[in-house]
Amino acid sequence: MATAKEAPIVRLDHVVKTYRAGSIEVEALRGISLDIPANRFTMVVGPSGSGKTTLLNLIGCIDAPTRGTVEVAGQPIAALDDNRLSDFRARNIGFIFQNFSLVPVLSAYENVEYPLLLVGMAAAERRRRTLAMLEAVGLAAQARQRPNELSGGQKQRVAIARALVKGPQMVLADEPTANLDTATGAAIIELMRKVQEDSHTTFIFSTHDPHVMSHADETFTIRDGAVVAHTEGAVA
Amino acid sequence: MMLLLKIALRNILRNRRRSLMTGSAVAVGALAVLLFGAFQSFLFLGLETNLVQRTGHLSVFRSGYFLYGAGNPSAYGIPDYKAVMDRIAKDPEIAPLIAVITPTQSLVGIAGNFEGENDASKTFLGVGVIPSDRDRMRQWNAYGAGRVWGRDTRLSDDDEQRGLVGGGVARILNLCGALKLDNCPPAPALPSDDVATGAPASADITDLVNREAASQGKPVAQAMPRIDLLSATAGGAPNVVSLEVSGVDPQGVKELDDSYVVMHLALAQQLVYGRGEHRATGIVLQLKSTSDVPVVRARLERLIKDAGLNLEVRDFREITPFYGQVVALFGSIFLFISVIMGVIVLFAVVNTMTMNVMERTNEIGTTRAIGVRRGGIRWQFIAEGALLGAIGATAGLVLAIIAAWFVNRAGITWLPPGNANPIPLRLEMSGTGRLIAGTWLGLVLVAIVAALVPANRAAKLPVVDALRHV
Repeated sequence: MATAKEAPIVRLDHVVKTYRAGSIEVEALRGISLDIPANRFTMVVGPSGSGKTTLLNLIGCIDAPTRGTVEVAGQPIAALDDNRLSDFRARNIGFIFQNFSLVPVLSAYENVEYPLLLVGMAAAERRRRTLAMLEAVGLAAQARQRPNELSGGQKQRVAIARALVKGPQMVLADEPTANLDTATGAAIIELMRKVQEDSHTTFIFSTHDPHVMSHADETFTIRDGAVVAHTEGAVA
Repeated sequence: MMLLLKIALRNILRNRRRSLMTGSAVAVGALAVLLFGAFQSFLFLGLETNLVQRTGHLSVFRSGYFLYGAGNPSAYGIPDYKAVMDRIAKDPEIAPLIAVITPTQSLVGIAGNFEGENDASKTFLGVGVIPSDRDRMRQWNAYGAGRVWGRDTRLSDDDEQRGLVGGGVARILNLCGALKLDNCPPAPALPSDDVATGAPASADITDLVNREAASQGKPVAQAMPRIDLLSATAGGAPNVVSLEVSGVDPQGVKELDDSYVVMHLALAQQLVYGRGEHRATGIVLQLKSTSDVPVVRARLERLIKDAGLNLEVRDFREITPFYGQVVALFGSIFLFISVIMGVIVLFAVVNTMTMNVMERTNEIGTTRAIGVRRGGIRWQFIAEGALLGAIGATAGLVLAIIAAWFVNRAGITWLPPGNANPIPLRLEMSGTGRLIAGTWLGLVLVAIVAALVPANRAAKLPVVDALRHV
């Protein structure tokens, strides 16, 4: 269920991103301007190589545009140095990666707890939140298990719990179901939808999975580094 | 911090084989440095014990004796030395720190054996001592690193005529048979045309001895082998005494062994001063602890200055420069071994940490994305390097203690430089706290330095590039 449209949490203004591959300069994003509203399930869709991941990297403040401005939660990211940018991400942004990207030497509990240590949360509150989050994603029983002892679906649940445990303003999910079978992928997207509704957190996905796309409140279609369509709800 | 160490330790355990190889390199480095360091410490302590047993910690000489006195010891005798000794021994600051205070008389001259068919002579370096004081000095063994000597009955306070000679002196003066010495073959017979013609000098010395003995009313014939010692008195006149050789006191350095004679102080004084005032060339102080040398030396120098005495103080390191040379030599070897081991550890840790960074590039990207600062990544890998170094160094320390335990119980003996008698080899780990701490910390520091470059490389990785890494 989509919530009412709110003020944008992400603003991109004429953003250009170029990469240098040897002597050739490749323009991954070609002057994109867009506003992404808060507290919604937003999809960035498009074929492989269209620039979806590059766009998510800029929104997630882990990359900087070549030109143009990126504003996240009212904060122009160009104004922040690397440490402040790290702190900004630690407080405001959760990430869910296609390959789960859990820290392999930490248990499910420790992986979920990790972001709370970065924001300096007190031990008791950390424990309460971590256990609650693991409970929410249905992994309370697997809290002590390491990533190599978990299935793909369980790993992605841990990743979701890690992204949400600190109560971020925004969660970015880059192809979150790409490495999961259809049933598990569907369950994961249902879980994220539920969490989004419960926590009123902004979710921004990059995907070309039709099942994921069908959950969209808002869809940006991107091709060859440019937004070619902006649709309310899922793309037909 | 706890998370940092937890992740570091788990990553070390995760790459068990690689960590084992690197940890082994660190452990071998620690083992080599610790065992050599323990051996070196034992060597230094043994050498110091040997010197302190022989020469004491501090010696008081007439000014100028140390630099110029060897050519004419009799000219540098300390007048009224007993009063000086008394003043030192009763000083409230020095007295509690002294183990032995005793006078010595150095002398040079010619020693000859003209008994029977013998006709051999040799320049000698002699020292006159009080036998009971010599025995007490040889008991000093503050570190347990020296030879434990029993009372030497070959010398006696009550028999001024007895003395000992170096092994070389015994050989040169044909005393081996009379002293029943092993490994001391008689000199080969010389062809008759090689022998110098003319009246032998020994005739003059024998004549002098006989006249000297007759003047003192002493019998000439003795049960022990006897040698004659000729020297010049302080007044410049030749003087001769007879010494009954009651044994051999072998010296570790051949030049000294070939010329060393130790005798009763009274006999040495008789030879050097004749009927004049009996002086001593040195007042030797053996302290209970070597650590008191600076304090006692400073106090002695103040006493001498206050009393207006023309004396100087030297410590055993100055008197025996060989000690400093051995310390410097072994110090250089120790440094060389430490540097080699340090370089091996450095490269082993650099290699391991570089591989760790490469393998965990994606993990670095993930943790940076969720908010870990560059500094956090840097510290993560530095902590890993430090932990690897600490584990390896601790393993090396344990191995060194075990190895030292076996060596110390194997009954191995060795002949330290400058020693004439073999002593048990010991690798003492218990008294080498600074060595252990220094080696452990040094290796951990090397491991940290080795981790710095890979850690910096990890910290500077662009997040998106790290996340893209497979």
